[in-house]
Amino acid sequence: MSGQENSGNAPAEPKPRMLTYAQALNEALREEMDRDSRVMVMGEDVAHWGGGGVFAVTKDLFNIFGPERVRDTPISEAGFAGIGVGAALTGLRPVVEFMWVDFSLQAMDQICNQAAKMRWMLGGGADVPIVYRAQQGAGRGNGPHHSQSMEAWFAHMPGLKVVLPSSPYDAKGLLKTAIRDNNPVVFLEHKLLYQVQGEVPETDYTIPLGQANVLREGKHVTCVAVSIMNKKALEAADILAAEGIELEVIDPRSLVPYDRETVAASVRKTGRLLVTHEAHERCSYGCEIIQCVMEDAFDYLDMPPVRVCGKNVPLAVAAELEFASIPMTDDIVAAARALARGVDLTITV
Amino acid sequence: MAKKKEESPKGWVPVLHRPPKEVVAFAAERLGEKPLAELTGLSTEALTGMMKRMMLIREFDSRCVTLYRAGYFRGVTHPYIGEEAIAVGAMWNLTEEDYITSTHRGHGHVLAKGGDPNRCMAELMAKATGYNKGRGATLHLADMSKGILGANGIVGGGMAIAVGSALASRMLRNGKITVCFFGDGALNEGILHEVSNMAAIWKLPVIFMCENNIYSMSGTVDAMVALKDGDFLARPNAFGIPGIVCDGMNVIDVFLAAKEAVERARRGEGPTYIIAHAYRAMGHHVGDPLDYRDKREAELWMERDPIIVYAGILKNEGLAKDEDVESWKAEAKATIDEAVAFGESSPVPDPATVMEDIFG
Repeated sequence: MSGQENSGNAPAEPKPRMLTYAQALNEALREEMDRDSRVMVMGEDVAHWGGGGVFAVTKDLFNIFGPERVRDTPISEAGFAGIGVGAALTGLRPVVEFMWVDFSLQAMDQICNQAAKMRWMLGGGADVPIVYRAQQGAGRGNGPHHSQSMEAWFAHMPGLKVVLPSSPYDAKGLLKTAIRDNNPVVFLEHKLLYQVQGEVPETDYTIPLGQANVLREGKHVTCVAVSIMNKKALEAADILAAEGIELEVIDPRSLVPYDRETVAASVRKTGRLLVTHEAHERCSYGCEIIQCVMEDAFDYLDMPPVRVCGKNVPLAVAAELEFASIPMTDDIVAAARALARGVDLTITV
Repeated sequence: MAKKKEESPKGWVPVLHRPPKEVVAFAAERLGEKPLAELTGLSTEALTGMMKRMMLIREFDSRCVTLYRAGYFRGVTHPYIGEEAIAVGAMWNLTEEDYITSTHRGHGHVLAKGGDPNRCMAELMAKATGYNKGRGATLHLADMSKGILGANGIVGGGMAIAVGSALASRMLRNGKITVCFFGDGALNEGILHEVSNMAAIWKLPVIFMCENNIYSMSGTVDAMVALKDGDFLARPNAFGIPGIVCDGMNVIDVFLAAKEAVERARRGEGPTYIIAHAYRAMGHHVGDPLDYRDKREAELWMERDPIIVYAGILKNEGLAKDEDVESWKAEAKATIDEAVAFGESSPVPDPATVMEDIFG
């Protein structure tokens, strides 16, 4: 306690505890492993590299929980993804890490044919409590095999839940929920979010899946932004606000289950929908979001919905090319402006 | 003018695969002259139980062929006829708590592990009372309560699951072991390479039970499987996994091979690999044209029909008489009659339930 805080004034508000997104994930893993001895972590370089994980998400876990529960695997994505399924069927609750989501393509049979279908195939006779964690996304010049966003692949497959946290607070609360879920959950982090700081309570809290988060209210344009695109959407909202356009920014947080009602309610208010994610535009989750609105709130739409998404092209290393393939803040601003044409801004300014 | 139909493509004659003499001879040597009880450590009841179970599987799958042809099943079905000794010989070393993963040709494994014939048959008829509520049939039979982690519609699909259950058993210290069944066709699935390696580095209690029935659909081991000097065990040995060859048409030889492997696993000494040589007496599935193999082959192999071979052994030992075998056959028939009746009288799944059980 500093002298100043003891000077007789009203006690200072306790400073919010700030953690990075990576630290928040790490805390979630640590708490869940403490809480339930069946929880184990396995993947490439999760135990020793840099003290635990290439992105430090599994930092120190080896020292706390030992080699059985924090297990470095060989580079065998299909193998350890499927070993996770067998372990989940027979008493463990594995958290399996793909160092890069791009590598999960090696393991698609295990994830989509084995993990996803098992419960249904057995007439409900099996729990498959497994979490597949991976980081994804562009922005670091990692190139075509290390920069993709793959949520639509997994969301397409019945039997998988798909979660994409966009803040440290959500990262901790959603990962804890995912680990306690008795179904396979694909948990997709964004590589550029790992160092982002945010308030994270020390308490044991969880965030239910299927509950969207309205990050900023606005009455002119609804913007559904997936994962890191929330950051860019909020930047865009500031720019647009100066012009009198109010952007309502919604983070769905999970795509399966998906909170279509929160989005529909917003569109009923704004009459305009913009969807943004880094994943390629074609056959993307954005298409699903738009279709849900068409079914739920078609009569309220004043303009055709708009996608501000990744181009249908692999991701390059050159910054000039990479940033030309993914949506940027300015793209959201331009699209929102076009959508807002015809809105009588004089009412709000 | 229509072309004359040829029996096989011009210029191509199927290889005649004969039972491997050396394997049969080796089995005979391993079995030796000792009485069965001494050789196996099994009671008379357990020894005759193996015979009864093989006969049950044979009766089940023979009936499946008839029912399939009569239009009782949707999709396809894959008989295990000719390979019964492998499932039964292996399973007689396991407890109900131990795990197995099965294959595309899984009826025999499920029944050998104690699966309920009624629920199996109901499943093949895609009824609501079946093991999978009519959702999976031949390729997905499973019973978690009996450690049957499922047949699999993907060739090699059970391999990683098997190593995963072995990992869980090791970590939970529950003493259970897992037998991973797979066929020669799955020898060429890449996942086997990955999980053999992990089973070996982590010394997991898993047994890789390779059923060489010669055929992967129409492909044959000699055409499809690269082996150093023809040695199947060269593959597992490359991982430092010890291997055992056995006669997959002699249930006692399979039992002894599996016994050695199971004991190693229970001692914590890691995985073992067994190659059991047998023959797929029928087609890949019931509708297989079988125009790619020599017509004499099945006859040649089924002179060594595992049920006939074992009946001979039991009779030789004085553990069974002809009339015993006859009455066991009648028993198996009655059990399957009941299973068919159960399946036929069971309700079809309610379409309203289709979206149930995706998540729980």
